[in-house]
Amino acid sequence: MKFGKMKPQRRNRLMVVGLLVVSAGVAVTLALSALNENLNLYYSPAQIVNGEAPTDTVIRAGGMVVNNSIKRSTTDLGVQFVVSDMHEAEVTIAYVGILPDLFREGQGVIARGQLNGQGVFIAEEVLAKHDETYMPPEIAQTLARSREAADAAAKGATL
Amino acid sequence: MIVELGHFSLILALGLSLCLAIVPAYGVQQGQVRLMNLSGSLAAGLFVFVLLSFFCLGYAFWHDDFSVTYVARNSNSALPLEYKLSAIWGAHEGSFLLWTLVMAGWTLAVSLFSQSLTPDMRARVLSIMGALTVGFLAFILFTSNPFDRTLPVFPGDGADLNPLLQDFGLIVHPPMLYMGYVGFAVPFAFAIATLSTGRLDSAWARWSRPWTNVAWGFLTIGITLGSWWAYYELGWGGWWFWDAVENASFMPWLIGTALIHSLAATEKRGVFKSWTVLLAIFAFSFSLLGAFLVRSGVLTSVHAFAVDPERGMFILGFLIVVIGGSLTLYAVKASGIKSEAGFDWTSRETMILANNLLLVIAAGAVLLGTLYPLLYEAMTDGKKISVGPPYFNTVFVPLMLVLFAFMACSPGSRWKKTPVAFFTSQIVPLLASLVVMTALVLALASRFEITVVLVNTLALWILVSLGRDVWAKVAHKARKVPALFQQSLSYYGMLLGHLGIAVAIIGVCTTVYYSEEKDLRMAAGDMVSLSGYDFRFNTVRKVQGPNYIADQGDIDIFRNDKLVTTLYPEKRFYNASGNVMTEADIDPSLFRDLYVALGEPIGDDAWAVRVHYKPFVRWIWFGGMLIGFGGFCTVLDRRYRSVSRARQAIRAEGAVV
Repeated sequence: MKFGKMKPQRRNRLMVVGLLVVSAGVAVTLALSALNENLNLYYSPAQIVNGEAPTDTVIRAGGMVVNNSIKRSTTDLGVQFVVSDMHEAEVTIAYVGILPDLFREGQGVIARGQLNGQGVFIAEEVLAKHDETYMPPEIAQTLARSREAADAAAKGATL
Repeated sequence: MIVELGHFSLILALGLSLCLAIVPAYGVQQGQVRLMNLSGSLAAGLFVFVLLSFFCLGYAFWHDDFSVTYVARNSNSALPLEYKLSAIWGAHEGSFLLWTLVMAGWTLAVSLFSQSLTPDMRARVLSIMGALTVGFLAFILFTSNPFDRTLPVFPGDGADLNPLLQDFGLIVHPPMLYMGYVGFAVPFAFAIATLSTGRLDSAWARWSRPWTNVAWGFLTIGITLGSWWAYYELGWGGWWFWDAVENASFMPWLIGTALIHSLAATEKRGVFKSWTVLLAIFAFSFSLLGAFLVRSGVLTSVHAFAVDPERGMFILGFLIVVIGGSLTLYAVKASGIKSEAGFDWTSRETMILANNLLLVIAAGAVLLGTLYPLLYEAMTDGKKISVGPPYFNTVFVPLMLVLFAFMACSPGSRWKKTPVAFFTSQIVPLLASLVVMTALVLALASRFEITVVLVNTLALWILVSLGRDVWAKVAHKARKVPALFQQSLSYYGMLLGHLGIAVAIIGVCTTVYYSEEKDLRMAAGDMVSLSGYDFRFNTVRKVQGPNYIADQGDIDIFRNDKLVTTLYPEKRFYNASGNVMTEADIDPSLFRDLYVALGEPIGDDAWAVRVHYKPFVRWIWFGGMLIGFGGFCTVLDRRYRSVSRARQAIRAEGAVV
């Protein structure tokens, strides 16, 4: 049966289905490739210290801001601070810009940026949560794991 | 005592909602009109008791009853009264009470304004809404009771409302948003009721269309207000972040936008019937999904309420029952539905189909980006990722640009078949818009941006074709001006909605490309220039607020050495909670905002300061409001009010022919 000879209704339906399939296909392809380029993996301080995190790729890092670790530039908005998993690993984060209101020592933060060759995390964005009792799940997980590790170490010591 | 009364009336409301879910449905099954008609009084009783409970919680806030855990956590004796009262919905428990109140309100409204429905249809719709309310009330009572007390030991003063929420935005944004979210329960109930009868005629589209449009209008305004609030309150001048919770409100909006268009086609032409039903189911499902995402803590977001897995599981279960149940019903019943009318590919039906396709794909893309972190975590055993805004922009923006091109061609297109000459005649306005926009950008903008020209050309093209369509409607009339006011209100609604989109496009595109922003260190007397404006940082002084102390900056803004305005951004320290918050100060105007926010003191009397120049940013929200009002217009249309039951039945049959 030729396309031109089909009943108009059937032809319409076929066109609609075709249109659907093609546009859905295009959209899915677009979406997946865009998704792949814009995923930011999270690495805990321990992973970064152990060299598991890639350098010069956009990733996220986070932890608790270590007390007395904030150092400010006296000429511009540059700032450096150290985040920790409260157990063993610490990572230095450098940032130029205005820190969020809830950024303070002892508070959980997440930064998005790139790790340079010297193991310093160059942040493009620093996030602290807008609710002081809320802990970003990444950090909660990091802390829980480091606590488990600490418990395991303590047990090992007593045995 | 009042608090217990509130709790008790919630329990009564749960009982009433159970009755509303069961009794009218039983009446339908038994064919007893008396039982069916109980739905009206049950809906009224349900609303009264939820409202009473809501007032009781308000009373507890008003009287600083800190023995109530929810009040103690979210209020403080020094909090200004308007924020004490809006703190009712400032956190999870109370905001869900507001959600339920809105649900009960919509249920009552359906029972009051659907007298023209057949008794059996009305009973079905109300009983479905009752069943949904059962779920919401059970959720409050079993997992999130705002009336829980901390007796015998309770704090002398409250922990205070989150400072970010102590703002006009909290008073208006959540109620509007919930009116929209929950309002989609009405077309959902209509869709399920119609499916359950097995008679899917065009009448149901006529019934649910005004409800859908109003709910959608509220949702539009709610989202717009939220964007405006984030802009001035979060202190960094952004108006849309592709944050998980924003997406949660945006997905139902996209599906809802598809739905109001598809309903129009179903009502007028009897086409896309089963598709429209599916959209109605999805619009409400996305609302519920939004509630799940916000309230379960599964996603990281600025809005996320405190994490509680139990609540998450409850909503997830509810979500599965509602979506699973309705889709099963759909699968069983919708296969027999046929759209009788055919249409040519040049028809308005095709335009609406394209609109639906693009919007649904866009919603799907947003859904994918929003849920992908969860999927990824599940697939990779706990690896955490986030999906950045570039993903959303890359996928969403091209889809919308195609949609806008269809939008420009849609006014004046005909049902069934449009002469091809109509589409070729669009080329002249398109080229004219391009020329005008190029000239405007060359003449007025600081630099030439081809993207701005092209995108704003689309907006102008939409405006011109709206104008042409209006002209086509009055051109053959002898008295043209009165004819302008004699169109149907639905038509004005369409005009307003599309006008709003065009205005918002211009706002978004211009502000994205021509905004300028500087973060810098400033001490007294320092100057900085931005887009022809000179900002001078004078001083910072201490200011005492009702429940905070602030450092208030004093910044003069000059243009060509003439003082434009002085802005006073603040850094507030809230006494009760110890929270610090940035309060930006803005000099708004139609064509540009000047925006100044204080960062933090960085030694030697210097401050981190953020200055913005944001052209046309107001147009985004102005456009959003126009779109929302467009949604309200349709409901005022006389066609939807004065149709008698008999005539409706005739129309319903007529549409099939």
